[in-house]
Amino acid sequence: MTETKAAPTRERAPITARIARVRVASWATAALLVVAVVLAIALQPSLLSPYGIASTFATFLPLVLVAVAQAVVVIGGGLDLSAGAIVALSSVVAVQVMQGSDDRALLGFAVAIGTGLACGLVNGLIVSRLRLQPLIATFATASVFSGLALLVLPTPGGTVPAVLTGTFRQAVAGVPVSVLLVVAVALGWLVVRQLRIMRHIRATGGGPAAAFASLVPVAGAQLASYAFSGIVCGLAGLAVLGNAGSGDPFIGGDLALNSVAAVVIGGVALRGGIGSPIGAIAGAITLALASTILFAIGLPTSWRALASGLVVILALALSALGAPRRQR
Amino acid sequence: MTPTALDGAPQRTTGQRALRLLRDPVVLAALIAILLVVVGGVLKPGFAAPDQIVNMLRVASFLGIIAIGQTIVVLSGGEGIDLSVGVTATLGAILASRTMNGSDALLVPGVLLAIGVAALIGLANGLGIVLLRIPPFVMTLGMLGVVSGLVLVVTGGVADGRAAPALVQLVNGRDVLGIPGILLVWAVLAVLVTLMLRRTSFGAQLYAVGSSREAARLSGVPVGRTVVSAYVLSSVFAALGGIAMVGYSQQVFLSLADDLTLPSIAAVIIGGTLVSGGVGGYLGSAIGAIVLTVLTSLLTTLNMPEWARIVVQGVVLIALLAVYGRQRRLRA
Repeated sequence: MTETKAAPTRERAPITARIARVRVASWATAALLVVAVVLAIALQPSLLSPYGIASTFATFLPLVLVAVAQAVVVIGGGLDLSAGAIVALSSVVAVQVMQGSDDRALLGFAVAIGTGLACGLVNGLIVSRLRLQPLIATFATASVFSGLALLVLPTPGGTVPAVLTGTFRQAVAGVPVSVLLVVAVALGWLVVRQLRIMRHIRATGGGPAAAFASLVPVAGAQLASYAFSGIVCGLAGLAVLGNAGSGDPFIGGDLALNSVAAVVIGGVALRGGIGSPIGAIAGAITLALASTILFAIGLPTSWRALASGLVVILALALSALGAPRRQR
Repeated sequence: MTPTALDGAPQRTTGQRALRLLRDPVVLAALIAILLVVVGGVLKPGFAAPDQIVNMLRVASFLGIIAIGQTIVVLSGGEGIDLSVGVTATLGAILASRTMNGSDALLVPGVLLAIGVAALIGLANGLGIVLLRIPPFVMTLGMLGVVSGLVLVVTGGVADGRAAPALVQLVNGRDVLGIPGILLVWAVLAVLVTLMLRRTSFGAQLYAVGSSREAARLSGVPVGRTVVSAYVLSSVFAALGGIAMVGYSQQVFLSLADDLTLPSIAAVIIGGTLVSGGVGGYLGSAIGAIVLTVLTSLLTTLNMPEWARIVVQGVVLIALLAVYGRQRRLRA
């Protein structure tokens, strides 16, 4: 009753009000992002140059995309440890299809997204129909996907069409394409969050039993969250190609676990139902800037990994403490 | 309550009882392990030879020892999981082998150092989870980064140090009735852990905490202490598994045991321990470790290309889980 009345008003809300409602998931996420940005710029002022911004965002983009994908799955109460393997598989398939030819760039684009979608559907079906634990199920499918990536491209190599690498480094009206892409991802989320299926995904993550009792198609919502994740991971595969200029079947290595870290830093609760991919984008940027900062302060190489581990665990702890707790 | 139990039990036919036994994940996992060995023996003569089986069990023991800790952590509930066992095993192996450096006299100090450092790692995990209420997945994921950083700091990027001859003999020799000593160690550990889980108050408290934190707390179980102990034990067993691995390889690598984290979780789940905590035991995890190891060596002996091996491993894992690792269907 109240729900039906409230819905139309929300639809008609002016755009300004709608943007005002977009909050970073928690104070910790925002604070960490600000600290990271300020420190990074203070230590390395060249980051602010047009080239600095373009190349920084270009290197961030794959993690940003995978973090968004991970965020949707986690909000839906799942977990995708195969995200990195999907990125690797879709990127090597795209490289093999494109063969460095500009004419086939569009085909490669479609193939990368299609591969990601197919992988996402496999994950979704296994989790929603076979009802396996997401953690271990996606660990198993990660093994399948990275095996297939090795089959498609046994060793790093191949050429990416110039059109793809070129566009990636260009600027439109002074704004680097890589920045535009990150903004586009955020805006894309603003559309996706309005969809009914996203409400179903959030309800499923908040409590599958309650969602099921409220006639939410729980299995469908789970399937949709993994399918969405797969598509976005396919895009991340393209971003990896645009960045590197060649294919690499091993590229996915740390992406999955890093994306989980980014999601947590972004204020998304791992138990599901709470958070937003916007926060995950902030988390991914914070995480990536942290390594930029550690590089800039000139730590000896052998200490850098420990320092980065400590920074990440600190950030994770802060976000976990600052994240909203579900009332019981 | 009692009537149904009494009604059901005596009237069950042998067939029903066999079916019931088959539903037991531990029995099922054991059957799968045997099946894999038989299939291997048929496809590749010599695969099922006693010598080869002892060899596979030896390799399974590293994963099996690491899975002891993982089992305890999963049993402790609260979405318990330890993602840092692989790197902790590596760090333990590196610390031990640097200390002993090929000398039997320094074997014990090396092992003690590794266990001590591992216990500190586990303590940090446990305190973060209990005091700061960081979800275990997140806490141990962060610890994974810290410990792999520690590995680089300790080694400076170059792993050196050699296993003590006694350790090598324990893992590679055939001293006890033609069986490597490490298998005996594993068996003793398995018995001790099972006794600890089933017969000590710590075990009872662990199951209680895993089933329901709230109920355990209200019954006077020291929930925090039990959970912290679970993570300390997890890291300690991880280090022991890593040390056993050095005995096998004799040399350490910077990523010696890193890849054993997810297999250790898989072994626990294949062994029938519920991810939600409070239900399960170590015997299943040990058999799970054997299943995973036999599968890997079967795929290796079949001379499959690397990609096919990785794919088949994933598919088999999904198939295994689909048999009994499924979650309950939602009902309105």
